[in-house]
Amino acid sequence: MIQLQGINKSYKVAKRQTGLKQAAKALFYREHTTIEALKDVTFEITQGEIVGYIGPNGAGKSTTIKIMSGILVPDTGTCTIMGYTPWKDRAAYVKNIGVVFGHRSQLWWDVPVIDSFELLKDIYKIPQQDYQTTKNLLIETLELQEIINSPVRQLSLGQRMRCEIAASLLHSPKILFLDEPTIGLDAVSKIAVRQFIKTINKEKGVTIILTTHDMNDIEALADRVILIGKGSLLYDGQLGELKKQYATQKTITADYQKNSTPLQIPGTQTLSWTPERAIITVDTDVTSTSEVITQLSNIVELKDVAIEAQPIEDIIIQLYKEYQI
Amino acid sequence: MSLYFKYLKILFKSQMQYRASFLLLMTGQFFIPFSVFAGLYFLFERFGQIRGWDFFEVALCFAVIHMAFAISECFARGFDMFSGMVVRGEFDRVLVRPRSTFIQVLGSKFEFTRFGRLLQSAVVLAWALGSLPLQWSPAKILTLILMITSGVLIFTGIFILQATMCFWTVQGLEVANIFTDGGREMAQYPLNIYQKWVARFFTYVIPFGTVNYLPLMYLLGKNNGNDLLYMLIPALGSLFILPCVLFWQLGVRHYRSTGS
Repeated sequence: MIQLQGINKSYKVAKRQTGLKQAAKALFYREHTTIEALKDVTFEITQGEIVGYIGPNGAGKSTTIKIMSGILVPDTGTCTIMGYTPWKDRAAYVKNIGVVFGHRSQLWWDVPVIDSFELLKDIYKIPQQDYQTTKNLLIETLELQEIINSPVRQLSLGQRMRCEIAASLLHSPKILFLDEPTIGLDAVSKIAVRQFIKTINKEKGVTIILTTHDMNDIEALADRVILIGKGSLLYDGQLGELKKQYATQKTITADYQKNSTPLQIPGTQTLSWTPERAIITVDTDVTSTSEVITQLSNIVELKDVAIEAQPIEDIIIQLYKEYQI
Repeated sequence: MSLYFKYLKILFKSQMQYRASFLLLMTGQFFIPFSVFAGLYFLFERFGQIRGWDFFEVALCFAVIHMAFAISECFARGFDMFSGMVVRGEFDRVLVRPRSTFIQVLGSKFEFTRFGRLLQSAVVLAWALGSLPLQWSPAKILTLILMITSGVLIFTGIFILQATMCFWTVQGLEVANIFTDGGREMAQYPLNIYQKWVARFFTYVIPFGTVNYLPLMYLLGKNNGNDLLYMLIPALGSLFILPCVLFWQLGVRHYRSTGS
């Protein structure tokens, strides 16, 4: 459905120097440096996938999204999405996609949300009947009944984001690009948005490409992650694989009857220790968690044990470090 | 075109959210050109006529240009305010919608407050027409309408040029105001009162001369024959907008390859 092959993109950026004299000079003459935003990016996405597209700031995420949505033309490489080349058949192509930019609104600020929807209906030439059905479905599933008649400027960020997502789905796109859809949202709204994204993917088979800095989004939504850094693809595969490969640490928190002997178990590291509670990390390459718990129960009288996997956040930090991005 | 009216509807609704400031701005817009017009009036009060043009003839010229300017500021405000759209990244949104960039930018803003200015120029127009001893004919009415519509197209063309420059400079270029505001100030007088090179510039480069001075001669019966040419010359001037639109397309292509 989506194929990118050897996409390259570089920007010319004017060098900025400090100082008034340099600034005055820059008025007439500017040195340019070329920044390679994307280097030989190649991947393929099949219909119905949810792909988490991650990477630190400035890695090239937005550039890729812009190329895939037909805004930017790459220097070299091919991109075929549903048979279209996005930047060539722009008008015909963009009917099939929805785009949500998390930090930019697509709604008309001063009028009720429903007016924006009506105008979008005309922009996308959606037949009246299709529009009614889709609109009602979106209002219902995103719980917009209460807010649909309020002007956008009076909505909270969470409410607005729900409307933004609805707005980009009115024309029933086959592909949805979400650029940081949960940025700045409170926990409840985040969960609502995630829930909805899952639903449209499952029920309507919409292919979703999602960029985010919130790893909980990825964990909740994406089966597959593509990691990009400094313009190159670094990892493309299942989230589970990534975890297996990198999440080799588990944290065990143990509460026990008062005991003054410090714990010493091979393959572990003690993070904190009191006579009643210990937090230790286990390197699963060396030993298993069950082995550690068995040993623990030999030393102390356990009251409670909690095991936590390494948060995905840590894995990503580890990855960034490993690839030096 | 129907989409454009849909845009208008939503923009009008937005504008009506701020009714008080709308009314104040509109009143202001009524009086701003009024002071300019008062200047014109007192000038003629003192000197009687300028290069053979008397007050009502110049007032007609003034009204046509100001009306054209007010209408194009209403409709083409989206291009006038375009730099903000680029800076805020809203132009990306335009590109992901399945309509031409032209209609979308045109529909992004409509300056309803300029109705004040429009009203004022309409009053001046009515007054000038009422006071001039004109022999009316359908051809002359058509010419007058052509003068105004062509004027609108020329001003719009300049707004488009100004907007297109933003693709390269990001910031809006105040320099274009020389041609919009400046052009308006110059063209409110018949062009033959100026130096030759000024008159030429505003005839052949930015063709304001084709929408006021030349057809005005025909309206007032000052031309020597060749009625048809004088009558249709505004239509020729309106062709100015074509290269502007082409330049716009070029700018959009540049934007999409640089993403700046």
